[in-house]
Amino acid sequence: MAADSGKLKEVRLRAPVDPAALGELRIGEVVYLDGVVYTAREGVYKKVVEEGCDLPLDLAALSNVNFHCSPAATVNDDGGYTMGAVSATASFRFSKWIERWFDISGAKMIIGKGGMSAADYRRCFVPRGAVYLTTVGYGTGALLGRGVKRVREVHWIRELGIAHALWVLEVEKFGPFIVESDVEGNSLFDRENAKIAKGLPDLYRDSKPAILGRYGETDDRSDEVI
Amino acid sequence: MIPIKTVEEVAENLMERAAIDIPEDYLGGLEEMAEREEGELASFVIRAMIENYRAASDDRRAMCGDTGVPRWYVKMGNEAAVEDGPVGLEGALRRATAQATAAVPLRPNRVHPLWRTDHGNNVGINAPEIEYAYEPDGAWIDLTAVHKGGLFGTDYRMLFPGDGIDGIRRFLIDSLVAFGRRGLACQPAIIGIGLGGSKDICMVLGKQAACLRIVGDRNPDPRIAELELELTELGNSIGMGAMGFAGNSMVIDCHIEAGYCHTGAMPMSVHAFCLASRRATARIQPDGSVCLRTDPQWFTPYKRRETVEWQPTAEN
Repeated sequence: MAADSGKLKEVRLRAPVDPAALGELRIGEVVYLDGVVYTAREGVYKKVVEEGCDLPLDLAALSNVNFHCSPAATVNDDGGYTMGAVSATASFRFSKWIERWFDISGAKMIIGKGGMSAADYRRCFVPRGAVYLTTVGYGTGALLGRGVKRVREVHWIRELGIAHALWVLEVEKFGPFIVESDVEGNSLFDRENAKIAKGLPDLYRDSKPAILGRYGETDDRSDEVI
Repeated sequence: MIPIKTVEEVAENLMERAAIDIPEDYLGGLEEMAEREEGELASFVIRAMIENYRAASDDRRAMCGDTGVPRWYVKMGNEAAVEDGPVGLEGALRRATAQATAAVPLRPNRVHPLWRTDHGNNVGINAPEIEYAYEPDGAWIDLTAVHKGGLFGTDYRMLFPGDGIDGIRRFLIDSLVAFGRRGLACQPAIIGIGLGGSKDICMVLGKQAACLRIVGDRNPDPRIAELELELTELGNSIGMGAMGFAGNSMVIDCHIEAGYCHTGAMPMSVHAFCLASRRATARIQPDGSVCLRTDPQWFTPYKRRETVEWQPTAEN
């Protein structure tokens, strides 16, 4: 059973994703995926982008969907894998690697937690026709775990550990995800932040800054800490 | 004498229960919130989470892929004795943590801060944390497993008496707005606030308030209880909901714990026990019998005592 998306539009896509289909996605839409996705986060990015290691597989031929994720999984004695829950990790931390990663991997869809900055969308995503999907709630680990039908292959598990290894996953009705950034670089989080920011002056109206300030402190509540 | 084998078995079971079964008090609070939330996106998120808990229990699969940082709270009655002593107890908790990591499975999350060494079992230097408390009567031991998120949503600030209750309100909003955007705090959360103590105790009390008191529980000091309700409402009036979407679902409940502090100070810490509020408790008796529950019953009149000598009648 999928979560009832109510008034939100729900879309089901094949992975690897068709670039033309990405053009149809709008921020705030709910997406489910079927096909093949892979995980890569700072462990893989450092190895490939910084250290120049070759990818251990032909990633571009396999999928263009990069999930910022590490599964709760176990390597069994027979060499197989038990996949438990699957949740995303916060993507804004990967900003320094993402542009080169796009060029090396050919990724068109990033799935993660919390999105990236509007500047990253403009600089790296829009020119490559790529979109960003966010996981829901952070996370629907059990629902996403259910959506993983098979672990096709795992790379660098010994060097990077379970959390940072590159997992290739066959998925079915994998989701829910929400479109955070579309091909034009619009950001759902930016839109929602702007709505919330309107109410903040009222919230702080009768409140004074703390007696002891902190280095780098700002009084502009439209600022983010990330 | 409490058998050490039972301690280890129960501990492994608690790791599994904490990871998979959302406590009823939190679920009840979230279901009430789902009724009230009017933001379309925030409401979708909450409904998806409720469905996720059901999937976790049905599949016996962890509710969240991020195990957080598993930790232990141990409480002993004054007459309790564990076979193999305190060292045996800590060994059993470390073994249970490692075994459950493979068996559930949980994500191995614990690494060395510099060398990123990962034993693949959530055990390492000072990990899992084990905290202790004692009660005047009883020969039992209570074990509580908590899988607490380990990245965002927590802050500390040295406030002063001159900052007053307004300063407390402001620092809470600061924390919620900062970490609530994009849902980094994985709200709606149980917010724990530590007030007073020295810096370390302020953090410890706030985390315990978030993780070890159930939704609906109120501080026995009526004025603090009132402040807990006020701050819950304040957090839900920011205009922000689940995942930082427009809405009003930030705080499932707010718990405040106080500790006596420096006469010039009023330090405060804020902690968020997230959408995966994972805790499970068991009491083990000397005869090896076990009683499971979800309320850790950590804060008792004895834990909150004020005077030099324990005076149960005066403080109850």
